[in-house]
Amino acid sequence: MSLTQTAATDSPAIGTPTEHVVGRLDEIPMGEGRTYVVAGVQVAVFRLRDGSLHATQAACPHAGGPLADGQTDVDVLVCPLHLYAYRWSDGGSSGGAGPLRLFPVREQDGDLLVTA
Amino acid sequence: MRGPEFRVLGGRPEGVTSLHVDDELETRSRIVVVGNGMAGARFVEEVLDRGGDEQFCITVLGDEPHGNYNRIMLSPVLAGESHEDEIVLNSHDWYADNGVTLRAGVRAERIDTAAKQVHADDGSVTPYDHLVLATGSYSFVPPMNGVRKDDGSLLPGVYGFRTIDETRAMLEATGRCRRAVVMGGGLLGLEAARALQGHGLQVELVHAMPWLMNAQLDAEAGAILKRSVESLGITVHLDVLATEVLGTEHVEGVVLKDGRRLDCDLLVVAAGVRPHTDVAVRSGLEVERAIVVDDQLRTDDPDVYAIGECAQHRGSVYGLVAPAWEHAKVLADVLTGTDPDAEYTGSRTATKLKVAGVDVAVMGVSTPERDDDEFLVISEPKRGVHLSVVIRDDKLVGATLLGDTRKVAFLTQAFDRGAPLPEERIRLLVDLSDGAAEMGVAEMPADSQICNCNGVSKGDICGAVADGCGSVGAVMDRTRAGKGCGSCKSLVKQIVEWAADGEVTEDASASWYVPGIPLAKPELMAAIREQDLRSVSAVFAALAPAGKEDAKSKMGLTSLLKLIWGADFVPQKDGEFINDRVHANIQRDGTFSVVPQMKGGVTTPAQLRRIADVAEKYEVPMVKVTGGQRIDLLGVRKEDLPAMWSDLGMPSGYAYGKSMRTVKTCVGSDFCRFGLDDSTQLGIDLETRFQGIESPAKIKMAVVGCPRNCAEAYVKDVGVVAVGGGKWEVYVGGAAGATVRKGDLLATVSSAQEVMTLTGRFLQYYRENGNWLERTYDFVPRVGLEAIRAVLADDEACTDLDAGIQRSIDAYTDPWGQDAGEPATPGQFRTSLPLVDLPMVPVR
Repeated sequence: MSLTQTAATDSPAIGTPTEHVVGRLDEIPMGEGRTYVVAGVQVAVFRLRDGSLHATQAACPHAGGPLADGQTDVDVLVCPLHLYAYRWSDGGSSGGAGPLRLFPVREQDGDLLVTA
Repeated sequence: MRGPEFRVLGGRPEGVTSLHVDDELETRSRIVVVGNGMAGARFVEEVLDRGGDEQFCITVLGDEPHGNYNRIMLSPVLAGESHEDEIVLNSHDWYADNGVTLRAGVRAERIDTAAKQVHADDGSVTPYDHLVLATGSYSFVPPMNGVRKDDGSLLPGVYGFRTIDETRAMLEATGRCRRAVVMGGGLLGLEAARALQGHGLQVELVHAMPWLMNAQLDAEAGAILKRSVESLGITVHLDVLATEVLGTEHVEGVVLKDGRRLDCDLLVVAAGVRPHTDVAVRSGLEVERAIVVDDQLRTDDPDVYAIGECAQHRGSVYGLVAPAWEHAKVLADVLTGTDPDAEYTGSRTATKLKVAGVDVAVMGVSTPERDDDEFLVISEPKRGVHLSVVIRDDKLVGATLLGDTRKVAFLTQAFDRGAPLPEERIRLLVDLSDGAAEMGVAEMPADSQICNCNGVSKGDICGAVADGCGSVGAVMDRTRAGKGCGSCKSLVKQIVEWAADGEVTEDASASWYVPGIPLAKPELMAAIREQDLRSVSAVFAALAPAGKEDAKSKMGLTSLLKLIWGADFVPQKDGEFINDRVHANIQRDGTFSVVPQMKGGVTTPAQLRRIADVAEKYEVPMVKVTGGQRIDLLGVRKEDLPAMWSDLGMPSGYAYGKSMRTVKTCVGSDFCRFGLDDSTQLGIDLETRFQGIESPAKIKMAVVGCPRNCAEAYVKDVGVVAVGGGKWEVYVGGAAGATVRKGDLLATVSSAQEVMTLTGRFLQYYRENGNWLERTYDFVPRVGLEAIRAVLADDEACTDLDAGIQRSIDAYTDPWGQDAGEPATPGQFRTSLPLVDLPMVPVR
């Protein structure tokens, strides 16, 4: 059994990326993340305490950990399984895992919009 | 000596310097350094490192014609093990490239401190604003008839061992000489003897003192070293002076005070060094044994400084490179203004070297000096091993390692930083258990795995150091070594220190409670109370640099705030680790484990029936009896957690938190024919009182009804043992995980109630003083059992501890009961991997 087999479901769907409404901003508590399925891909969306939004692949590239269960600050997302820290800026990690796939995300009238 | 083959080491053919602007155009102040040895050159480097080339125009006067070279490495050059080019530190080109004027081969003769000018032997006059004397030492030649010619120069065939030119001359002489006498049984003399013997010469060593290396070793160690040296084929004469050197045109032998004559055609004088102070003396500066300086390395002239071996600071003159480099740093801080108040307060000198093929490490004193000094010696003359330590007031004040330096990393640390010592002092010198981890880090093969959690080898760690990671923390961040269970951290530290060869920067952050807030725990707690900070985000806003939050600090802060504020803590879910957010332990596939509370490991048929029903209803992949005497339901989907808790109707067992987890018990006096007391009930009572109490790391307890220890109380964070007659022993700091340690007996008390009180006080003291993630098995030895006992004997302190633990006990609520009905936050139990069919763990 390999937990990284989930990687297939994190690949973007074939075709041009489009913007999707995935949910409401107030579904995500400050500083936390929640996972949505966007165009057949699972995407973790994070709402930081500085108000910024970030979206990444949902499973950790290292061992498939649920990234939406991780801890955040303004620079990084820390996976709950082995504490790899991924930068929001480029998806890379100082420990060498990754990079994470990042998705554009924004808020409009309380809706969360993810491009995938 | 300068024949046609003479070559400038690290030099340009002409041996001169860079272009520089006319003095009139120069607006920078002038630093003149007299001496281009290890101290002087390091000082220049330190100034440049601080951007000093913008402030200062720097001129270096060097007596030797060479660039700067590593004098420590002259022994391997003499032994033919290193080429002289390998020991160059700064070539002439380096000086030119950095805009430093090097005047090599120019000897300063006198300083006119009133006019602020240096007069040199080439007739030049160099003005300065700041003058740094780094003139070093010279080989001391004891008075002997015939050692000098009439003109004062040494008789041909007689050499000091101090400079590259002397080393070259000796190397050249080895080709035509057969017999050598080395005067001096200190470090240099021994190295010279070994090197010459390696060139095939017959070597005799003459030492005026009763044993070798008498400045560093005690008599016994010196005797063992003598045997090792003699086994190399070197003859050693102790406790005898040479009085006369024979020969008129060239050395032919020496005569000892007792009349013996030793024939030789090469004589090396390595009978110690003396500071070069003649320039300072001629210039009217205060000179005692060396040039007297204050804590800012300043002489009695405010613009003249002295560093390195020519300086005398607080009565000490050092003959080692480490203090010279510390001088260089402090003076560079002062002159560049990087830290105008920088002070040098003296050096604790520790050296590790190989002398005549024997490993030697020495630090501090070699023998006890006071009545209550502890002194531990292990002597194995047959193996050539002699180890000793001197301990004063629980601190290491000296160590001598001869023939076996495996423990040097730890001892150096204990000596330099006053690190706590093991209570069993013998562990300072020998490892009492075996295994790979006990091997000296130097001997470990590069591919040996150090961090088993993250698969990091010794080679990976050394690679990170070579790539420029200058601190243990930086290496851990880069390689992830020590970031799993943490049990390898001290080994990682040793390897980093070994790989960096002592050039490790202390992590300032090592003393911080969490990495994102630059405060140690006591200061952090004080600031939180003073500023009334009740949430994690409030702590970051008030105390973090630029108010910046830090993901890896949040969990520790949440724990600390709960400790300080109890029920008045303002919870923030993002400040918690996922386990605490959903009150379950995350598993490798993103599912969770559910462990209901089962106090003292005692359950009932009804409870078991309910657990069985729940396991079937939710298709739990595995049901397992835990090491903590409970039942674990593994592989549970996050979204199923609240419904399972409701169906179980049992409180959380806290098997996921940095908190009090479980109290194991044996069946005690109610059932066991050996039982001395009711351990089962006491275990249940302890678990009831301290359930869910958050702490720096997890806490496991056990209570046993007799010393047969069936519930393993001796290896728990708190272990209680019935000893009969109503008495209980309370052990703390035990462990049986990655580290195995028997707990220390904190006290023997006379009632179960006293056990409860004492446990509460110990827990609260640990909660208030333990570092984040520091288990009691590290905490207790660090703080010391005596210190903990002293606190527990202090009534006032105990009143505070009792109040503190009671505040947390009062704040306890069962998290399952609380969040099962209504989620604490939106989507608290939503899946984070909706497209993954969980559980992926195997179903049994």
